[in-house]
Amino acid sequence: MNLINVFLAIPVLVILLLPFFKVKGKGLALLSAIVLNASLSGYMAAQTLAGNVYQFAFPGSLVTGPVNIRVDALSGWFILIINFIFITGSVYGLFYMKAYQSQKNNLTLHSIAFLLLHTALVSLCAIQNSLVFLIAWEIMAISAFLTVIFEHEKMATLKAGWNYLLQSHVSILFLMIGFIWVAFKTGSYDFSALTIYTSEHQGATGILLFLCFFVGFAIKSGFVPFHTWLPYAHPAAPAHISGIMSGVMIKIGIFGILRLITLIKVDFYAIGLIIMAFSVVSGLYGVMLAIVQHNLKKLLAYHSIENIGIIGMGIGIGCIGLGTGNNVLATLGFAGALLHTLNHSLFKSLLFFTAGNVYQATHTLHIDHLGGLIKKMPQTALLFLIAAIAISGIPPFNGFISEFIIYSGFYYWMQDSLLGPLMTVIFSVLALVLIGGLAMLCFTKAFGIVFLGNARQKFHHEVKEVPFLQLLPLYLIAFLIVVIGVYPQFLLNALSQPVNLLSGIPINTMIHFQDSLLGDILQPVTWSTWIFILIILATFVIRKFITRERKVAVESTWGCGYVEPTPKLQYTAGSFVRAYSKLFRPILLSSKTEEEVRGIFPSGGSYETHSYDRLEKQLIDNPIAAYKSFLGRFLFLQNGKLQFYILYGIIFIVTVICIPLIYDQIVSFYEFIKQI
Amino acid sequence: MLSLILILIASAFFTGIILRVKSMASGRKGPGLFQPVKDVARLFKKGVVYSETTSFVFQIAPTIYFSSVVMAMLVVPFGQSKGFVSFNGDFIFFAYVLALGKFFSIISAMDTGSSFEGMGASREALYSMFAEPAFFILMGSLALLTGHTSFQEIFAALHIGSYISYALAILGTFVLMMVAMVENSRMPIDDPKTHLELTMVHEVMILDNSGFDLGLILTAGYLKFAIYGALVVNLFIGVFPYQYSIPMFFVIQIVLATGVGLIESFMARFRMSHNAQFIFVLTSVSLLIFFGVLMILGKFA
Repeated sequence: MNLINVFLAIPVLVILLLPFFKVKGKGLALLSAIVLNASLSGYMAAQTLAGNVYQFAFPGSLVTGPVNIRVDALSGWFILIINFIFITGSVYGLFYMKAYQSQKNNLTLHSIAFLLLHTALVSLCAIQNSLVFLIAWEIMAISAFLTVIFEHEKMATLKAGWNYLLQSHVSILFLMIGFIWVAFKTGSYDFSALTIYTSEHQGATGILLFLCFFVGFAIKSGFVPFHTWLPYAHPAAPAHISGIMSGVMIKIGIFGILRLITLIKVDFYAIGLIIMAFSVVSGLYGVMLAIVQHNLKKLLAYHSIENIGIIGMGIGIGCIGLGTGNNVLATLGFAGALLHTLNHSLFKSLLFFTAGNVYQATHTLHIDHLGGLIKKMPQTALLFLIAAIAISGIPPFNGFISEFIIYSGFYYWMQDSLLGPLMTVIFSVLALVLIGGLAMLCFTKAFGIVFLGNARQKFHHEVKEVPFLQLLPLYLIAFLIVVIGVYPQFLLNALSQPVNLLSGIPINTMIHFQDSLLGDILQPVTWSTWIFILIILATFVIRKFITRERKVAVESTWGCGYVEPTPKLQYTAGSFVRAYSKLFRPILLSSKTEEEVRGIFPSGGSYETHSYDRLEKQLIDNPIAAYKSFLGRFLFLQNGKLQFYILYGIIFIVTVICIPLIYDQIVSFYEFIKQI
Repeated sequence: MLSLILILIASAFFTGIILRVKSMASGRKGPGLFQPVKDVARLFKKGVVYSETTSFVFQIAPTIYFSSVVMAMLVVPFGQSKGFVSFNGDFIFFAYVLALGKFFSIISAMDTGSSFEGMGASREALYSMFAEPAFFILMGSLALLTGHTSFQEIFAALHIGSYISYALAILGTFVLMMVAMVENSRMPIDDPKTHLELTMVHEVMILDNSGFDLGLILTAGYLKFAIYGALVVNLFIGVFPYQYSIPMFFVIQIVLATGVGLIESFMARFRMSHNAQFIFVLTSVSLLIFFGVLMILGKFA
């Protein structure tokens, strides 16, 4: 109890003090508050992964009823991820924000919002009361909005922020409907009411309730087609915020779905199929759009959607395991999902942070304006490369491990299945393979165009590597990426508790079964990975040894006979994916404006492509346009004359007063009609 | 371990046979069977030229590409005898390790800043992406058929009993061979002997590699061919004793190499823009195999 009071007191205290600090002090105060709070909550979270459960009860108020706080293994897993990304993110942010030192007030607000975001996210993992949960959810949404619009003098940033704020509230709306539905039926706001209600009402009611929550959480985590806020908000935010948003904030949606699975009692088989369908679409659609993006951060944002899809596939497999009573399948699915959640937090935050480095050095994120940065920023390039390989799910990094578990789940599910599930499996596997391939296409493009080759544009300022201290948290993340890739066993113990919780295996009874299952699957992969690394090292040594006295010459790149190449001749991002975008034209929505080169002495030509989200157009833009045109018909009411507005007001008041007066007449009239 | 030795031997002459068949088909005598190996040996002795545009990526990429192929080779079994490593889901590892090599060969091509190499890189990335689903569905179907998920167990349990399974084996050979063609950048996807950079895929990516690195890349190419050949062999040998299966291995490898040589002699390369459609066909064929497996297992009932 005391621990929680301290946990809440620290942010309150620091927020009150923040306005009085100098700029540097603000940053340090913020960092120390985050570290302090993270170690407090992290300590508790680490205990839960060893099998403990913490439970606290607050009396609450008349409205909310008793407020229970419960930190179990699932909360613990997410709290640890949140804390890690927040600590690395705030250290990184400290340096990233140096350029904005002069905006003192803005920074104060930003720091306050940042701290609130952390507190809200950690609290969300523990709260067991739906009203308080919604309040924390709202605090998270608003503080995230405030951190996103740091550069609010830019119209695009502000618009992205509004878009996000609006969609977050649609998400809250769905959650609210779900919670109030349950509270209305059971009279309790406690999460346990959800279990009680759904175990009494099986069938369609449970699934409908689940879908209601699922949509709410899906908007937050960016499942297609609820993803449209994400590709705007991520690029608009400062780099450390994008990393945190993509790394942990959208994961709170995943947490919500997982928490729901532990609470709700429904036909998990159907739920699993629904989640699987959404995930496959999200995964494919996310990566398909990522490839054609020109903005580095927007590209990464679409990849978040893709990875949410992969996580969702794991959850889907897990639910199907639950539904069919197959413990192994449930374990594989949820373990894959949880591990991929962690993995995605790591490599995606690393990617966003390195993208931030690029922005800091060049002041642009347009991929086609960059090039050859590996020579100016070798460390950033190396870190980006590690994260890019990891996100493509390629060994020896961590992305492969979680995808391997999910593949194992798929192939395990395939045994002894009927026709319907088999079809689901084969098309999901097809999707996962395609996602992997497309991710590789996308990241070879991103890395190749941004960091390799020659600079495509001259910058008027010096392009240089960011300071080492700023790179330090990035190295820490990269280190974890590598360690999970080559030795995932160290996580298995920690992973077994939350997986047990989800797959409904009683704690402490089946631990050995868990460990051996995941251990058996991963042990040979680890061995092979080590062998692979050894082969690479051996080849290097042999190469070094043989070529040690060979002549090394440096020449210009072979231009096929052309001797005066310019950087403009290089392949651009657009040309790299041209064959792809031609092939997928029915799905993508891209427009191009082209001015062809004409005549014997051509004056110049131009070529520009833009891509847009087809789903966004269909689901957001078109309905809004229709709604606007409908409301446009009532434009005559808005004539700008004050007298008319007063008249409207009077009409409204009179109507409101009159309705009760004539209510009896209406009722009797209604009765009269009924009698006829 | 047996598979390792066999693949190494096969890789020594596989490309040589292709070259020889092509020469004979065009009325020439052609180089010796081991000319490709001699070429590599010569390259290993040469110095190296790096482009001034390149970075460390360009220098480490060939090594990693080569290592990934070697690692993939260790996974491939030979009938009853396991590969050097063998575990449940090893074919996933196989495909993803090869993907690492591909990733590096693509970015190393981008590293040179040459538009031609960028072109090759772009094509390679696209085509290999489309070849992978076919491979996974094929292996998935076989896993479903046999109830196992590692190369060795799948191949050991695979026995040809009915007419449908004959059809499946033939389709499987077709898919594996075509995946091999895509992965190795041969006809009809890519023509390694084309004279124009614009029409190359793989060859144009390694324009700037030289000396030891080029040797590594070429060796990796030879190995890759033998690896896929070994996979095809595995479809057929099943539980045969070694005195039959080892000769069969070499016979099938030689037949495949001759087939590749003949295809390359008498067929034109597809238009670049048609390649993607062709690879879609490959995925469809592998889905056909999947449905065949469903029929055998009586899942449609």
